[in-house]
Amino acid sequence: MQWETVIGLEIHAQLATRSKIFSASSTQYGAEPNTQANAVDLGMPGVLPVLNREAVHMAIKFALATDAEIGKHNVFARKNYFYPDLPKGYQISQMSLPIVGTGTVTVELDDGEIKEVGLTRAHLEEDAGKSVHEEFHDATGVDLNRAGTPLLEIVSEPDMRSAKEAVAYARKIHSLVRYIEICDGNMQEGSFRCDANVSIRPVGQEELGTRSEIKNVNSFRFLERAINFEVERQIDILEGGGEVVQETRLYDADNDETRSMRSKEEANDYRYFPDPDLLPVQIEDELIESLRSGMPELPDVRRKRFIADFELSEYDAGVMTADRRTADYFETVLDKSGASAKLACSWISGELFSRLNKDGVELVDSPVDAARFSGLVARIHDNTISGKIGKDILDKMWAGDDDVDAIIDKEGLRQISDTSEIEKMIDDVIAANPDQLAEYRSGKDKLLAYFVGQVMKASRGKANPGQLNKLLQEKLKA
Amino acid sequence: MHKLTLAAMQRSLESGEFSSVELCQYLIERTKQHNETLNAFISITEEQALAKAKAADEKRSAGGTLGSLHGLPIAHKDIFCTAGVRTSCGSKMLESFVPPYNATVVEKLDSAGAISLGKTNMDEFAMGSSNENSFFGVVRNPWDTERVPGGSSGGSAAAVGGRLVPACTGTDTGGSIRQPAAFCGITGIKPTYGRVSRYGMIAFASSLDQGGPLAASAEDCAMLLNEMAGFDPRDSTSIDRDSEDYTATLNQPIKGMKIGLPKQYFEAGLDDSIAALLQQAIKELEHLGAEFVDIELRNQHLAVPAYYIVAPAECSSNLARFDGVRYGHRCEDPKDLEDLYKRSRAEGFGREVKRRILVGTYALSAGYYDAFYVKAQKIRSLISQDFSQAFADVDFILGPTTPSPAFKVGEKTSDPVAMYLNDIYTIPANLAGLPGISVPCGDVGGLPVGMQLVGNYFDEARLLNVAHQYQTVTDWHTRIPG
Repeated sequence: MQWETVIGLEIHAQLATRSKIFSASSTQYGAEPNTQANAVDLGMPGVLPVLNREAVHMAIKFALATDAEIGKHNVFARKNYFYPDLPKGYQISQMSLPIVGTGTVTVELDDGEIKEVGLTRAHLEEDAGKSVHEEFHDATGVDLNRAGTPLLEIVSEPDMRSAKEAVAYARKIHSLVRYIEICDGNMQEGSFRCDANVSIRPVGQEELGTRSEIKNVNSFRFLERAINFEVERQIDILEGGGEVVQETRLYDADNDETRSMRSKEEANDYRYFPDPDLLPVQIEDELIESLRSGMPELPDVRRKRFIADFELSEYDAGVMTADRRTADYFETVLDKSGASAKLACSWISGELFSRLNKDGVELVDSPVDAARFSGLVARIHDNTISGKIGKDILDKMWAGDDDVDAIIDKEGLRQISDTSEIEKMIDDVIAANPDQLAEYRSGKDKLLAYFVGQVMKASRGKANPGQLNKLLQEKLKA
Repeated sequence: MHKLTLAAMQRSLESGEFSSVELCQYLIERTKQHNETLNAFISITEEQALAKAKAADEKRSAGGTLGSLHGLPIAHKDIFCTAGVRTSCGSKMLESFVPPYNATVVEKLDSAGAISLGKTNMDEFAMGSSNENSFFGVVRNPWDTERVPGGSSGGSAAAVGGRLVPACTGTDTGGSIRQPAAFCGITGIKPTYGRVSRYGMIAFASSLDQGGPLAASAEDCAMLLNEMAGFDPRDSTSIDRDSEDYTATLNQPIKGMKIGLPKQYFEAGLDDSIAALLQQAIKELEHLGAEFVDIELRNQHLAVPAYYIVAPAECSSNLARFDGVRYGHRCEDPKDLEDLYKRSRAEGFGREVKRRILVGTYALSAGYYDAFYVKAQKIRSLISQDFSQAFADVDFILGPTTPSPAFKVGEKTSDPVAMYLNDIYTIPANLAGLPGISVPCGDVGGLPVGMQLVGNYFDEARLLNVAHQYQTVTDWHTRIPG
């Protein structure tokens, strides 16, 4: 039988607020256990939650970015269950009236196909703490630093039909939340987590199959593998005459498999009800409009503009708009250097990115900022230096504080574009290589590269390569 | 000295008739002596109180501006968190819990110069109408120690009624200030929901809980409420409104004020002698110029059932944090996590608390939520609507605070519903979030009886004004048990 895969994702994006969603504690990652947990986070008797305004603003920005409905009257509800890292015995979340309603996300697949994925909703909630098992003998530690960290849970419709589509959608959300700067997207630190609801059904069948929910996936690669494993598992069950049970399964990256965590029967009755400690959130149109006016140009719009205005290829435009800082960097370089978009793009995606990758540095922390980098691209653009020398200069800029012109002057690296000077060097090289000249003239064209290399060497790499090529060919023919 | 009202004590402190140290010392000795019988206090903080009294006397003699309650003794219901002082909420669960922070109410009264002599007894987690549900034992009514003081602020009411302290803080979720005030012959006001911060006040039912004062007179209540009320950014349900001086309007004439008498408050179930006392009180108020009209509160009969869904539902969630993990009672040698939860909670909570957690958990469960919780919330809106319609025509609503005077210890402990019906007249104000005050209006066989006045939202000043005017022409509030 032919099976169709049906996937919906629940993404938890940790909002990049400085303080927690209902308390003033810091949300900074990596602090000593329980140093960022105050009386509210600890669920001490008598303490009360106060909603973080910034978290609400961020959720609204997400709605604006996905053209989703905004829940102008949204309500926090308590999700009740017992767990040691859940200090109050309930999680404050949203149930029937979330802050973000239905929306649409446009996803571009690898083959260029455009896919629309429906958003069911997105709601605000607090994160739980962490249970720590490793460091204790015969006991479990509880670290409540993460308790109360704001999350936006983004729920999609079951619109994806393959692991690849699911990953493309997840990447799109990942890029979007970073673009509008509501989440740092760090998957290792758990700032961006994906749960996948996976089911299969015979091709052509309308009715959805029984789904399982896969948790604990902390990279896009694992998401793809976990879904593929799960699809195979479900096919095996159904083709073996069995039935898929509705359950929560954990992905185990070490063994590349999913394992049952709890079945529907074992699931909690969360006894949701509106949290009486928090008033319903009323969102005024003025707030929405002021947030809208502060929204950055979204990646899709920007990518189209880069293609239309700068004549970048689809691919290059995609790379330059993958995140907002790259796009800003690119536009700064383009603006300040006066170079073509193609030149700026190739220097950013090539030389800049490879150095950042090598050093494991984010663009924001790049040793060469957009202004200094513009200087370099400008000098390549105006032929002051060649690309090859540009790379050496970039290494020096990377290591120090000098700008491009200072390095060019200090090291005498200005490109030689004076025809007579280049001609003189060519004459000297030809005179010194009579045998090679004869071979060339007898038809061994490949020797052109040899002559180019010799002249370049004589110029210590400074000869304008275009001019050199043209002049050399003329002289060799003569 | 103990017979003085808070206002009178203040005048004596100002005139130098006695010092704060003398006053506090005297009341602490008196409290220690009577607490053996009344059990009104869970903790007496003698050392801290006397140190603060000494500092208060020094500050007074040094001159300068003093807080409005400077050097005056009070006590806090043991539901308000007090930094460094055990806050038990009447429960074994918090028998050894010492909060690292003060409730906003405690902080405010502190900074006004009030001196807390200790923490008063209460029904466990404020669940009860008789103060028989305290882990720290039954509180006795100072008028008849065979009888209950009411609850849940029974310790506060008994302490003021017995004149151990002139004023106490309390909390009222379904009548827990007004009912014990009525039983103990004192005055107690439950402010509008949102008027007094709930921060640091251990939650029973968050949408109903409201802190307020219990004192001998309306004037003393006004003095305390002046400091307790006010917006608190740490409580999202606290209302951002200008503060008022409740003492400033106490002496305004009440001529022309219209008071509604709900038919439903005077029907079957009300003790005849209480009905008769209310008729007398109505006459007194008429002499003062108030006008009375009959009104209807049609959904009154639904208030108790609705309350006993909403309050337990919220409590089942609010009390989930007492799990033995971070603070509070933890069972010995738990064998696993489930055992830790089960035994810590089974051992830490008393019967009534467990009953309400179970009822509330049931009411919120899948399949029952709509039939119980949602329906109860709808009834709640109907009850609020009844009140708003009534307040379109009248300034206040008058009725009994309780259906009967204080009952005997043990009389209703085996019948929870009979116990719950004790709050039949007080619960509607909590469901609607309205302010209500109980004022002593007579006695039945030596037991005090309370009259309740309910006002419109934020009408505390006028409620206290009417109560004070009534107290200028009556002396029930000045009577002290023999």
